[in-house]
Amino acid sequence: MDGTVALLAAVIVASTPLLFAAIGELVAERSGVLNLGVEGMMLAGAVTGFAVTLTTGSHLVGIGSAAVAGAAMALVFAVLTLSLMANQVATGLALTIFGVGLSALVGSSFVGTPLPRLPRLDIPGLSDLPVVGPLLFRHDVLVYGAVALTLAVAWFLAKTRGGMILRAVGENHEAAHGLGYNVIHIRYLAVLFGGLCAGLGGAFLSIAYTPMWIEQMTAGRGWIALALVVFAAWRPLRVLVGAYLFGGVTILQLHAQGLGLFAVPSQVMSMLPYIATIIVLVVISIGPWKARLQAPACLGRPFLPTN
Amino acid sequence: MVRLEPRAEISPVMRWLTPPLAVILTIIAGAILFLAMGYDPARSLRAFFIAPLSSAYGLAELGVKATPLILIATGLAVGFRAGVWNIGAEGQLTLGALAGGYVGLLFWGQAGWFILPLMMIAGVLGGMAWAAIPAFLKAKFDVNEILVSLMLTYVGLLLLSALIYGPLRSPEGFGFPESRMFSPSAQLPNLIAGTRLHLGAVITGVIVLIVWFLMSRTLFGFQVTVIGQAPAAARFAGFSRSRMIWISLMMGGGLSGLAGLFEVTGPIGQIVPTISPGYGFTAIIVAFLGRLHPLGCVLAGLLVALSYLGGENAQITVGMPQAVTGVFQGMLLFFLLAADVLVRYRLRVGKPAPALIPTRGGR
Repeated sequence: MDGTVALLAAVIVASTPLLFAAIGELVAERSGVLNLGVEGMMLAGAVTGFAVTLTTGSHLVGIGSAAVAGAAMALVFAVLTLSLMANQVATGLALTIFGVGLSALVGSSFVGTPLPRLPRLDIPGLSDLPVVGPLLFRHDVLVYGAVALTLAVAWFLAKTRGGMILRAVGENHEAAHGLGYNVIHIRYLAVLFGGLCAGLGGAFLSIAYTPMWIEQMTAGRGWIALALVVFAAWRPLRVLVGAYLFGGVTILQLHAQGLGLFAVPSQVMSMLPYIATIIVLVVISIGPWKARLQAPACLGRPFLPTN
Repeated sequence: MVRLEPRAEISPVMRWLTPPLAVILTIIAGAILFLAMGYDPARSLRAFFIAPLSSAYGLAELGVKATPLILIATGLAVGFRAGVWNIGAEGQLTLGALAGGYVGLLFWGQAGWFILPLMMIAGVLGGMAWAAIPAFLKAKFDVNEILVSLMLTYVGLLLLSALIYGPLRSPEGFGFPESRMFSPSAQLPNLIAGTRLHLGAVITGVIVLIVWFLMSRTLFGFQVTVIGQAPAAARFAGFSRSRMIWISLMMGGGLSGLAGLFEVTGPIGQIVPTISPGYGFTAIIVAFLGRLHPLGCVLAGLLVALSYLGGENAQITVGMPQAVTGVFQGMLLFFLLAADVLVRYRLRVGKPAPALIPTRGGR
């Protein structure tokens, strides 16, 4: 029983970086912008979070800086695609290549330096409950933050005027423009929010999950987050489900390796999350799922305001 | 106030002027970066861009590094023109190196003229097989090829690791994760004694010319361009989209696989845990910088190869972290994409002129 709870709690932890990255990208995509640079923004957040936490000694300052770093990367993307009308796919790839290089450069002096792990924040009263306590209420602030952020985004998109405008911009930018909304400004904000979230996801990896800096430590999580958004059919609460699914695959794979359950090399087990991503993409592209895959109509389409 | 005004047609002059412009901007930004990192900019730029080219060995190394970049970029460019985004070249390169390298190891200790051609065929097929997965899924179920080809890159690199720590490990290698050295018959001959420049560079040149001919002189090249730029017109003309997906990914995958085979049987000489320093990703930059044109890819490949050499040299002479190479490559693509605004738009200062033709959308 305790073992199962610990396992499920580990799944929640493992899903946190994916949840941050995916919920941010979801908001950007709902506004009609496809940013393939999630991996690069996460790495920028990871290295910044680590470096700032190490130098200031404050995890919170580190987390804040990581969010700013992610948003700064997103700003580069936004200027290129929204103001200079560059191709979104190519610019997103450039952002990832740049992020891999820049984070390796900044982090080159930090490789091998240990960092105190982001402390656990037990919720008073709730953390002592049986089962539910260790499962849900004995995590660090970023784990709570990722779930809270997802719920907040779900509420914002579904229930608020701002959310409605954002969706309108993503579905039909010409109509939104005609109604007097500034499409470009709204997209800038959505893309910056996406970068901020990716930065937080990166920071979780480098100061909480494995508190150290390793080159390319995101290991494709930014790309898996992109797949998660498609899997979730652009709905925030389904992102939550998807993130737990992928967190589950990660933990399963780690435990199977640790226990030596299967007589295969560890590398084969490590392939599982990537293969699972492909399988999920295939499953949602065939059969009854397909009809429900409604991408925002203006996703990836550039908008040039005519006067 | 500066605004963008769409050009009636893309500007061919700008199309070929923006790559040099991006290079100049990258060098300026690089100088600022060096200054910010506390290095002497003039000395660093010299170490990065000039010193590597001042010896015959350096020039040969430029060819060694440019060969895989040009080969992969030439293949990817065909797909990018058709709107097929294969970004898993790094994985296809790895599988090509594994498949071709395996054939080489089968003939270990033997001699024969047929071994190298057989390895090349296996390398191409290995890359194609890896690219066939996203091709099949894209053509059949419209699954996003960007994500599938990228996920397969991670799988491919893990597969290489599993095999090199397992069955491919040399029995005489004292447990190091390396295969046996290929026999002389399984190694690409060098072109110039004392350098690492190998026959693969010549083969790459021939392939570039063939692809250039295909793209500029045949109906196939025309179809690729139409499908990429006007999908609706292409459908109307009866050009098959799924055929184009297959051809794009097979060209990209096959040439990436060949590039991987060239690496292990040329400069490296055996299968090792890290075959490429990210050539498969960097080739994406090369393809764009070369304007998705085979001959452009050659120029761009030589230029981007210099960033690898420069990074290595700056590490030795100035003590700069080698990761600077990646930053330069990323900046180069950023500046290129930014400068490309000039290809499709005019910059206009001031208020819009009264429109003589009704504008789309209106007020």
